[in-house]
Amino acid sequence: MGLTPRPEHRVVEYNPSSQEGWVATKLDFLVNWGRANSLWPMPFGTACCAIEFMATAASRFDLARFGMERMSFSPRQADVLICAGRVPFKLAPVIRRIWQQMPQPKWAIAMGACASSGNIFDNYAVVQGIDTIIPVDVYVPGCPPRPEGLMYGIMLLQEKVKSERMNDKTIRAEMEPDPKSKLYIPPPVIDELSEPFGNSVHQTRSGL
Amino acid sequence: MSDGFEIQYPGNALGNAAPAPVTPRDVPNRGGDQNPSGAALRQQFADAIERVDVVWGVTNVYVRPDRVLDIVRWLHDDSSQRYDYLSDVTAVEYRDLEAPIEVVWHLRSLPFRRELRLKAQLPKNKPLEIASVWSIYKCADWLERECFDMFGIRFIGHPDLRRILMWEQYREGFPLRKDFPLRGRFSRAEQLRQALAANPEARYSMEELSIADAFEDLPTDMRKRLKGGERTGE
Amino acid sequence: MATQKRTVEVALSTTGVDAAGRPQRVPLVTADDGSPVAVEAPPMVEPDLAGEHMLINIGPQHPATHGVLRLVLELDGETVVRCIPHIGYLHCGFEKLGEYRQYNQILPLTDREDYLNAMGNNVGCAMSAERLFGIEITERCKVLRVIACELSRIASHLVWLGTTCIDIGAFTPFLWAFQQREYIYDLIEAWVGARLTPTITRVGGLAADIPDGWMAQLGEFTRKFPHTVDEIDKMLTKNGIWVGRTIGLGVMTPEEATNWGLSGPMLRASGVAFDVRKDFPYYDYETYDFDVPVGTNGDVYDRYLVRMEELRQSVRIVEQAAKRLPDGPINVDDPRVILPNKSKATSEMESMIHHFKLVMEGPRPPLGEAYVAMESPKGEKGYYMVSDGTSKPVRWRIRPPSFVNLAAIPKMVEGHLLSDVIAINASIDIVMGEIDR
Repeated sequence: MGLTPRPEHRVVEYNPSSQEGWVATKLDFLVNWGRANSLWPMPFGTACCAIEFMATAASRFDLARFGMERMSFSPRQADVLICAGRVPFKLAPVIRRIWQQMPQPKWAIAMGACASSGNIFDNYAVVQGIDTIIPVDVYVPGCPPRPEGLMYGIMLLQEKVKSERMNDKTIRAEMEPDPKSKLYIPPPVIDELSEPFGNSVHQTRSGL
Repeated sequence: MSDGFEIQYPGNALGNAAPAPVTPRDVPNRGGDQNPSGAALRQQFADAIERVDVVWGVTNVYVRPDRVLDIVRWLHDDSSQRYDYLSDVTAVEYRDLEAPIEVVWHLRSLPFRRELRLKAQLPKNKPLEIASVWSIYKCADWLERECFDMFGIRFIGHPDLRRILMWEQYREGFPLRKDFPLRGRFSRAEQLRQALAANPEARYSMEELSIADAFEDLPTDMRKRLKGGERTGE
Repeated sequence: MATQKRTVEVALSTTGVDAAGRPQRVPLVTADDGSPVAVEAPPMVEPDLAGEHMLINIGPQHPATHGVLRLVLELDGETVVRCIPHIGYLHCGFEKLGEYRQYNQILPLTDREDYLNAMGNNVGCAMSAERLFGIEITERCKVLRVIACELSRIASHLVWLGTTCIDIGAFTPFLWAFQQREYIYDLIEAWVGARLTPTITRVGGLAADIPDGWMAQLGEFTRKFPHTVDEIDKMLTKNGIWVGRTIGLGVMTPEEATNWGLSGPMLRASGVAFDVRKDFPYYDYETYDFDVPVGTNGDVYDRYLVRMEELRQSVRIVEQAAKRLPDGPINVDDPRVILPNKSKATSEMESMIHHFKLVMEGPRPPLGEAYVAMESPKGEKGYYMVSDGTSKPVRWRIRPPSFVNLAAIPKMVEGHLLSDVIAINASIDIVMGEIDR
């Protein structure tokens, strides 16, 4: 894997001698620039990672530098779901519901090993990675990740947002789970992802 | 409220001459000082006490399962015991599948600064049932519910014995039993399917909240069904 | 009466509380000349005004429930008629996992269960395992563990303070509290390398000795930290809004608190001076000079005062421990649990076999069981281990203090206003990781 080179579209033309003060750029660039720098996070904090998320938002690390100081505790006004912590099966319908309540465009960050892969909780109670419930854009490893790690994940997400194309209809398609089983990926894939080390070798939705 | 409560000090029943508690050192595996309540229990309930021993400094009292409520009530009420604090209710299942399941109560007497461990053994060939101590200690409410959720032990006399940590429709069994596999009985996809099938908003209903109040007004057949243990609302 | 030193000096009487305990005239700010600015008390709400009840669901995803607690409230107007808590949204099967792990491998689980008090849990769980093995740890290890416990108590109370302030409507103390937490993180990081989940203990000792210069760093922290406590104290304790939103709420009498099994600051705020460190001491806590703050009203405000005082007392304990820290080994000299020296393990055959067997098979305690209680920031935390002689416990049970404390929430909130539910819930200091395990 690795980061694919981004198309060079950070071009802003600006003519200072013009009286009107106009700027010429691509619409894609302008929209993505706006989106990437004002992501409103919906902190779905359940466990230890939520404390590190709070530390990231607090004095020393100051998440406001990324345009993210406005925590949106209501999913209806949020852009990015940050799932910080373990997600047991009892919580699975809740996170699915919150994801469905978020309007497009939306992204998801799985913060920490538990949200990404289930971590040491390979037992009867814990979902083995939230990517079996909702599509995930960025996985942040660590138990819990340091604030720097979360910030790196957020910066990766910003890169991803900036490389989106507005006329690409596949990006913003809403996830449609199977109406009967409510699963959005086939059961064999879920079983495969839930194997020990499953997620780290099958990064299905990382997109980068 | 504004005049405040009278402050209660643990150890106040011991008097001023009692030595201050110190950190236990070199606690022996077996033997050691026995909690006086052990001997008192033997005297009071000679037929109901099966065994008293001291393991790593804590007195274990094995009691007959059908006498638990009497014994705990006596320990709580008697002025020479005053076990007013219930630390924990839990159960232990051994890897030996023949061995009985043990229900364990950790009791504390704050006035006497004592701790006592009560145990009752429930053989596996009979229904796992034991008396609830909820009528004596209110904190037993959730502790016993958790014990029921994890082991399937029914506490007779508990006002609201239903699952607490797992959801009501959980169908895989009792997780802490030794015959329950670590990863559950179903495949991951099936577990996820069952979990997602639950409607997060349907877990409470008017019935769950008000059925107890409205019980007298219900139709006769519904009352009969509810008395038979039928669950509502879910 | 008591055979030990206890101080009940927390000033709990606030002017302007009527006989029913409701605030009538509360001084708004710390006025130096003593002139109080009056705040009108909210009118008493009579229950059953309208007769029609409304159902409201808070959680499981709600910022004010400190995690994934869910409260279903039946309201009459704004008054709570009934409260039904639903928990288990963070049930991760810790106790089941513990039965599949060796004693040293259980310790990382304890970090993740009450994650605010990670080091304290490590100590408690190791203490329980050591009781099971019959090990007496070294003096240096004891003192270092006391320091770890108290640092983690401070860190936990700071999170409680910050989040409670946000719940009640003050944001600044959150930033101050988290700034101090970062200094504690720096200390932990210098010691073992991790911030939140350090796993500092091993059965029979510690993961690592403290590095050079660590005590100086600790001294710096204990010197500066009380200043922050004073600042927060100055900002909140006599603040009219804070007092008005906390006083007289969620009252538990001493008898009720004992019967409901409350512990820690919740129990002490209700006037029962039970502290495991004083009454069932461990690690020589009886030789440290510290006071146990006890409240006299059992309401949210008293719990706040008790926790604020505990912050100061913890600093006292850390300072005394730092003074008495002896030299010597941190691990016991017991080949049953302690790995041989690394250089020996790679050069001597016996040591290598010993190392291999300890790592692969794990230490085996004798038959028995041990319940060890410790004073966690939330209350009495117990670890109950049952051994059948193999290298993995038959049963590993956590006695979760906030689980038992939370069970009393219906009793505490019923009859109060909806907005007070948040304050009462915050005062319990719940950690869902510990409640649901």
